[in-house]
Amino acid sequence: MVLYLKEFKVKWGMVIDLDRCTGCGACMVACQAENNLAPPVDASNKRYSMTWMLVYQLSNKQPYPNHDVAYMPRPCLQCGKPNCVPVCPVIATDKNQEGGIVSMVNARCIGCRYCQAACPYHARYFNWHDPVWPEGMEKTLTQDVSTRPRGVVEKCLYCHHRFMYARDKARIEGRDPNALAEDDYIPACVEMCPTNAITFGDLANPEHKVHKLSKSPYAFRLLERLNTDPQLYYYSQREWVRRQGDNFLEHETVGGV
Amino acid sequence: MCDKELWPEGVQRCSLKLFIAWLLVIFAVMAWGLYAAYVVWSGGLIVTGMDNYFAFGLYIIFDLAVIALGAGAFFSGLLYYLIRVDGLKNIINLAVIIGFICYSGALLILTLEVGQPLRAWFGFWHPNVHSMLTEVIFCITCYMIVLTIEFIPIILENRKLNKVKFLHHVAHNFHVIMPLFAGVGAFLSFFHQGSLGGMYGVLFSRPYAFREGFFIWPWTFFLFILSAVASGPGFTMLVATLMEKMTGRKLVDFSVKALMGKISGVMLAIYLIFKYLDTWGWYAGILPRSGLTFSEMFYGLAYGKWLLFSELIVFGLVPCVLLLYSKTRNTPWILYSACTMVGIGVIINRYVQTAQTLAHPVMPFDRWYVYVPTWAEWAPSLAVVAYGALILSLAYRYLPVFPQERKLNPA
Repeated sequence: MVLYLKEFKVKWGMVIDLDRCTGCGACMVACQAENNLAPPVDASNKRYSMTWMLVYQLSNKQPYPNHDVAYMPRPCLQCGKPNCVPVCPVIATDKNQEGGIVSMVNARCIGCRYCQAACPYHARYFNWHDPVWPEGMEKTLTQDVSTRPRGVVEKCLYCHHRFMYARDKARIEGRDPNALAEDDYIPACVEMCPTNAITFGDLANPEHKVHKLSKSPYAFRLLERLNTDPQLYYYSQREWVRRQGDNFLEHETVGGV
Repeated sequence: MCDKELWPEGVQRCSLKLFIAWLLVIFAVMAWGLYAAYVVWSGGLIVTGMDNYFAFGLYIIFDLAVIALGAGAFFSGLLYYLIRVDGLKNIINLAVIIGFICYSGALLILTLEVGQPLRAWFGFWHPNVHSMLTEVIFCITCYMIVLTIEFIPIILENRKLNKVKFLHHVAHNFHVIMPLFAGVGAFLSFFHQGSLGGMYGVLFSRPYAFREGFFIWPWTFFLFILSAVASGPGFTMLVATLMEKMTGRKLVDFSVKALMGKISGVMLAIYLIFKYLDTWGWYAGILPRSGLTFSEMFYGLAYGKWLLFSELIVFGLVPCVLLLYSKTRNTPWILYSACTMVGIGVIINRYVQTAQTLAHPVMPFDRWYVYVPTWAEWAPSLAVVAYGALILSLAYRYLPVFPQERKLNPA
């Protein structure tokens, strides 16, 4: 049903190694601090909390001693064929910039939440509350990330402001801003992960680690059967973890080795 | 004190005191809704039952339901003005008024539904031509203007107003050009009724709602049109009957009601054929392709299989059969029950399309949640019902809505 699909020379993406992720939540904290997410009014109610990056707990549902868990960090998957973009009535979200990051113009958003309804990953969040920071904490805000009012939808942008910094830096240094090196641009969650579970780079560039990792037989994408074509891969050598990446009928087998 | 001079000629109405007492009841419900609106606008949508799982809730379900039930306006207009089904002239005024109430009520609810109501005009200024919602915004607004134009001559036919020569001529000329507006209204309605269904069908990442279709239109586009035209005429007829019961006067001849029932029955039969095919296609195609089974799409009482069974059989096939057979259709209580059942079936459809689509956990490690609306959602919805009662009460008392009333109630 999507009438337009844009191909990009550069595709910023992640490969998240679920066998390395300990579920510590540092990526969530880094994201919240970097992107000016206000402290929640009631953090106990997860159905209203604002977590652009959210760590899910997966379980193999086996009894002890075979019980096993995995943790799945979930930022926006920056789908190649996003369902959220064509449904927006006011073009407040789009996928048209080189790099393939799904944008969000909060000042344009009317808060209809149609994009939120369209996203099967729950990667879009509605601002249920006015953002309020405790006195003094406003000094810690990231200057190049605008704060958002109540009543609009927001989402992970792979720390787009860092992308802009990297491009500016490349220009100043006389390099091509459209051919950034692997370490020029790193989102906050990637930088903060203590176990290096998240690898970030250009999925379309064979010189970037993510390109190679995404081709691994252990790599998979969340809900791939829906044809959303995410620019985010997960990696796990555990078959049961890969199987939780999508819905499978009983007789169907999951990919991998 | 009496307002008799404002009544349509040759009819009887209740005393002004009783009428004012009735209006006070209506105003009380509307005041509750207005208070809820104030709470939502000032405090935000956090006071509703919606959350990050349920991006849409009762506001949208209510809007979809009233827009479907208000479809009697455009479809009766199409049949009367363009296809010349003459019997409908005795109920067309009521159909227009109900359409006006439903659409204006839906627009009022939408001002609560969006998080940034002051930016609502962005829909016209920055339209995304790929979005079904853009089409809905344009068509509903345009159709609201058409309904207002269709309502104006009915208002101008008030006994006092009609004595003013200019207004009399305006009303007459509006009537002359009404077929044009009926055509425009039908065109706009087909598209926005369809696009409301298309809004769900295009959600290819939501297996409960996703449907393939024809060109850019998913099958839900056509199903929403058909279900609306199946329920709208019956609903108009039911409102006429309710008004008769409340006022104690005959307003519409039973043959007209049976005709509305027949229209509903025929359209429902066409709708059900496609709905059954669509459900089979979803069951045998979309679900297995997504790695899902039929049973995985249902959960507990709020999203159980009983809803599908109710929608397709109890409130689908059963009233369809009752409305298609002339013997049952011409028995008043069966006619009224069948049309009520059709309405309930459409409301169930709009509910599951909205709530169940969002409740189904697409990610295998996620879980079902149940959506429960709060008072802040019920109050404005009931206030719109009260607003409808207000418009209908005023229209019945002061406007010549029912051409047959004098003949059916000899002094």
